[in-house]
Amino acid sequence: MASDLAIIGLGTGVLAFKAAGVDAYTASDSAAARDILRKVARDHKVIFLTDVFARDLDDLLKRMLQDPYPVVVPIPSDAGSNGYAVEKMKEQMERALGVDVLFNREDK
Amino acid sequence: MARLNVNPTRMELKKLKARLATAVRGHKLLKDKSDEMIRRFSILIKENKKLRDELEKELADCLKEFSLAAGLMEPDAMEKAFSMPTESIKATYGVQNVMSVEVPEIKVVESGAGNAYPYSFADVTSEADYSVKRIGELVRKLLTLAEVEKTTAMLAIEIERNKRRVNALEYVMIPQIEETIHYIKGKLDENERASITRLMKVKSMIADRND
Repeated sequence: MASDLAIIGLGTGVLAFKAAGVDAYTASDSAAARDILRKVARDHKVIFLTDVFARDLDDLLKRMLQDPYPVVVPIPSDAGSNGYAVEKMKEQMERALGVDVLFNREDK
Repeated sequence: MARLNVNPTRMELKKLKARLATAVRGHKLLKDKSDEMIRRFSILIKENKKLRDELEKELADCLKEFSLAAGLMEPDAMEKAFSMPTESIKATYGVQNVMSVEVPEIKVVESGAGNAYPYSFADVTSEADYSVKRIGELVRKLLTLAEVEKTTAMLAIEIERNKRRVNALEYVMIPQIEETIHYIKGKLDENERASITRLMKVKSMIADRND
């Protein structure tokens, strides 16, 4: 594998990353993304994953938290962010601290 | 709270006292660990949020720019132009130990001013050039984000696990042992009183007989 980095995304957006030296994979739907992620996780250190897929692959991402590598980073697609990463942050904060110290204004 | 199922003997009492001392010590240590992890976590999560907000905005912007640029080109030509990257981002991937949690440590190795554009300028629109350049820079920042984000996620899990241990010690183990110690002490005292009364009784019986 040429690079330690990989990106899994939709359509042409990943091409820009490819030019920057990141191994790019396109997936048409979440099921395909899951297969690619499994395969890519073996020989890449950092994987950027479009957050549209990240939300569907939540269970797989959780399992990957047990080891330091690979690191999966949800990134926004060209349509903008869907809030997955922020949600995760909120969830972690609530688990660890019991309270939300950053996003209080959005509290119900 | 249920007490442990042990025989009320001096032996058991001694053993339990040792166990209680260990449990209290362990509880204190774990509590300290938890405090420190929470302190680090709150620093990290703030950093994480800052980086994330900043990068998401920038990245979404970049990708938009890129798809606009891509729209101006033939898809095939596009594919061809971008599929042979000359530059790859070099970084070292280590493991760092934060409060006995193994977390990733990513250091980007600054490569010399390599040619960021792996294609001939004739094939590609200038808009695409800009976005490719920006994304190349962004990826470096994204690596920092990757490290911080993973560290926070792993710390959060460890904090939760540790909290459970602290609570188990504080609300189950320690009260249980304390109660059992109390029970054994009571039982032993009771036995002692019984044998003293018995002795006094025997003594008075002997005294009666000798009269």
